[in-house]
Amino acid sequence: MMDSGHSISPSECLLRMYEEHHEIEDYQKGVPRWCTGCGDNAILAAIQRLCRDEGLLPEKTVFVSGIGCSSRLPHYMNTYGFHGIHGRALPVAEGVKLARPELSVFVNTGDGDCCSIGAAHWIHAVRYNMNMTMMLHDNQIYGLTKMQASPTSPIGLKSNTTPRGSYLEALNPLTVTLGISNVSFVAQVVDWIPEVLYQVISAAYHHKGFSFVRIIQRCPEWLPKLMEPWLHDPQRVLMLHHEDGVEISPAVAKVYTRMEEHDPSDMNRAREIASSIDPIPTGILYRNEEVPCYEDVRLDGRLRTASLVKQGLEAEFDKFTVWPDASGQA
Amino acid sequence: MALDESNKNEESRVNGAAGKATILKEHIVEIISDSGEGAQKCGQSFGAIVARMGIGVWTVEIIPAEIRPPARSVAGASGNRIRIGSDQVTNGGDETDLVVAFNEQVLLGRIHSKELKQGCAILLESMWREDKDPKVAKSYAEACEHLIAAGYKVFEIPMEEECLKIVPDPRRGKNMFVLGMLCSAYSLDLQIAREQIALTFAKKSEKVVKANVELLEAGYEWADKNLDLKFEIPAEKSSTPQIVVNGNTALALGVLASGMEICAMYPITPATSASHYLSDAFESVGGVVHQAEDEIAACAFAIGASYAGKCTVTITSGPGYSLKQEAIGLAVMGEIPLVVVNVMRGGPSTGQPTKTEQGDLMTTIFGSHGDAPKVVIAPGTIEECFYSVITARKIAETFNMVVVILTDANLATSQQPFKRPEFDEAWLAPPIDQSAVPEGAKPYDWHPETGLARRFIPGQPGGMHTLTGLAHDVHSHVAYDPEINQQGMRARSLKLAALQKSLRPPEVVGDREGELLVVGWGSTKGAIEEAVARLRDEGRKVSSMHFAFLSPLPPGIKEVLGGFEKVLAIENNWSDDPDDEIIDESNRRYTALATLLRSRYLVDVDCWSECRGTPLKPSTVRHLILEKLK
Ligand SMILES: Cc1ncc(C[n+]2csc(CCOP(=O)(O)OP(=O)(O)O)c2C)c(N)n1
Ligand code: SF4
Ligand SMILES: [Mg+2]
Repeated sequence: MMDSGHSISPSECLLRMYEEHHEIEDYQKGVPRWCTGCGDNAILAAIQRLCRDEGLLPEKTVFVSGIGCSSRLPHYMNTYGFHGIHGRALPVAEGVKLARPELSVFVNTGDGDCCSIGAAHWIHAVRYNMNMTMMLHDNQIYGLTKMQASPTSPIGLKSNTTPRGSYLEALNPLTVTLGISNVSFVAQVVDWIPEVLYQVISAAYHHKGFSFVRIIQRCPEWLPKLMEPWLHDPQRVLMLHHEDGVEISPAVAKVYTRMEEHDPSDMNRAREIASSIDPIPTGILYRNEEVPCYEDVRLDGRLRTASLVKQGLEAEFDKFTVWPDASGQA
Repeated sequence: MALDESNKNEESRVNGAAGKATILKEHIVEIISDSGEGAQKCGQSFGAIVARMGIGVWTVEIIPAEIRPPARSVAGASGNRIRIGSDQVTNGGDETDLVVAFNEQVLLGRIHSKELKQGCAILLESMWREDKDPKVAKSYAEACEHLIAAGYKVFEIPMEEECLKIVPDPRRGKNMFVLGMLCSAYSLDLQIAREQIALTFAKKSEKVVKANVELLEAGYEWADKNLDLKFEIPAEKSSTPQIVVNGNTALALGVLASGMEICAMYPITPATSASHYLSDAFESVGGVVHQAEDEIAACAFAIGASYAGKCTVTITSGPGYSLKQEAIGLAVMGEIPLVVVNVMRGGPSTGQPTKTEQGDLMTTIFGSHGDAPKVVIAPGTIEECFYSVITARKIAETFNMVVVILTDANLATSQQPFKRPEFDEAWLAPPIDQSAVPEGAKPYDWHPETGLARRFIPGQPGGMHTLTGLAHDVHSHVAYDPEINQQGMRARSLKLAALQKSLRPPEVVGDREGELLVVGWGSTKGAIEEAVARLRDEGRKVSSMHFAFLSPLPPGIKEVLGGFEKVLAIENNWSDDPDDEIIDESNRRYTALATLLRSRYLVDVDCWSECRGTPLKPSTVRHLILEKLK
């Protein structure tokens, strides 16, 4: 044990130097191929800022995604990334986390990826409550496949598969998530308020457990007008704030004056807030640090040495062994 | 099905210690009851006792299709079928020689499905004759009459009555009484039987063990006194310790031994029992069984864990395998090591969940869209089930490939003793590489000749890249360039060739030249080799070759095929009958292996197969080989 404050062990010193070394550019890779004005750019910027501020080691950080415009995000991160198949980002991320709990795991997914084809995994990921941060890039449309209605598309939305307007009421990802056993962190944010976007993602990262962040993300390519009314009227955004949640800076508070002090431990109020579509609530709706993480429940922390395996295996063999000398080792 | 004209049991009477015993080379015993009456446990114990005495044994579970079929129903037989012999027994054999039945209905079911030898010995619980329900009593009496008339040797035995002398509820314990009777009938060592009971009920109280031993002894004495059945199977005690498990437990033990730490699965018959056993045993070596929300998730979870450096296994059966196919393609594309076990059952669709079939070979080799080269191996014995997992993980990690192990319901539920493996540290996975990646190294630096590339694992400094299921270049950058796509496809394909170069051709059982070569793969190994051996003994010029590697096919095959006038694939999957009226050479569908061999080696491989849901019988195989030799 070193005595605190005065001396620093050599390894920690090295670690610090290493950590301090990373700048935003160190997390950037390539030139994003998203359309100009696409909300995904803002999300990427917030994430890169988070990595820098938290000093995440690029080699110890994994971004997992599915398929969609949003799922391209890992390619623009100079960390490890896994750009998998449509809808299955969450189970891949869970496998990564169970195998390597020491890695920081993020999941980027779209409204089709998560709420349609991957919906089963979404529900179960909330229940597993593994320590990772999931960002739902909800542009309320299928972007990559060129404008088909998604489960979160507002009713009446005209798209290539609903030319006369979509038929069904939109699915609300917040109320769904809040209804799942073991839910431990639910937040919502919009891509056009970068400061709050950053704050919420940061809070999600710091939460131990499965953090679900729905990001209302603009898709200027297919739905250039969809979010206009909200963009132009700050009164249509409800700023949630709390000393245990997100604190609103004076600059933001000046523009977004519609506020509510909401205690993230209040599930009942969280559910009421979640059902509001207009105004759009932003901030942390719910947080519960007490929910156990699946990896902590399942992993016993023993070092898996060859002798441990041998011991266990021999004990299992013993159960099924027929010894040549019957009187012997039975 | 009295196909087997030759009598392999050269019976002779000798004076054994326990009186006159008929010396047998082999016998098939069956114990059947309603489910929950303990016939399974009786059969397993019987199998273990004979194994301890060095007698060769192959045990097959008899499982009703329904969880709780109504009592006394023809489709409800639950129990075990045990084939014992002086030599090693490699398959379930032909029809049953002696059956113990707890009621006449389950017995009739077995006769109906042609599993019993015409005129075999039947030891039947006789309590039903006096049943309060006149319908039951009548059914029993009629069945007995009918069976005797048909030539069966029926022994009516008051099992219930005898057990009541010892325990108040014979439903718990009749099975041990039966075990005692069988020990007497087969001249087994009673002391070994007592020890086996102590083992079987190790977790129960001493009182329970004592009661069961008493029942065993009572059964033994009763049979000694009243039953005119005395056999002996001479055998030499094995000098090495043997493991007695079924194929699924062997697979699960293989998972433990391979050093894998995670198994991701979703329950499905007949694969589930492997995961049940693993769930119980895996933790003892620090492993985790993750029951995912579905097979897609299970496969994706396994892929995530493998990607993160811990090669993982996912265990399933047909319908689940179909669901995994897209994710398997991702592992192929991303070159992530992955072990998939498919314990095949009858298909297509939900098919025959509890029955055996080899119907998934093609979907496994060619499945997942696009060109998705993967390794496919098929154990042919219970022992191979164990070692196949160790081999699979090694190949998966060496070649960064998906390795699929194909077993089936037959192997899954059959027990056969094999030499207790001696633990080898080399079985285990090396520690996860966390060293810094050399500057300039690329995540897909495909070797120009072998396609192999070093894999970068999260945690390795300098190795950061984004794995993608999209076409990609050596840097793992998404690339749709025609040349780059060709390059990636080539590399993934070459790895199979590289592996193939390291394989040995399968062993030819029998001469390397002759009239007919029988080829097969997987669980039919024992039945085929036994039938071929019988025919060779009869002077026929037949040999056999059994494939454990199906993708890639090992080298040297064409040369072997060329040594024979005819080649015949025998499998447990569908093929058209060439005698069907509308079937001709332009539309005949061959078995999976025959199709593979025909297309690869341009050899006219004939085939025969059936999809009855039951394991192939050596007598069936022998008979159809004789037909082909005509
Ligand atoms: C199994 C499968 N089905 C369909 C697709 C085609 N597909 C790719 S992305 C996508 C929807 C993407 O929408 P979303 O998840 O909302 O992502 P966005 O592009 O809007 O960010 C679809 C249907 C696919 N790649 N795989
Ligand atoms: S299509 Fe929409 S979601 Fe996709 S990149 Fe363009 S703006 Fe973004
Ligand atoms: Mg979308």
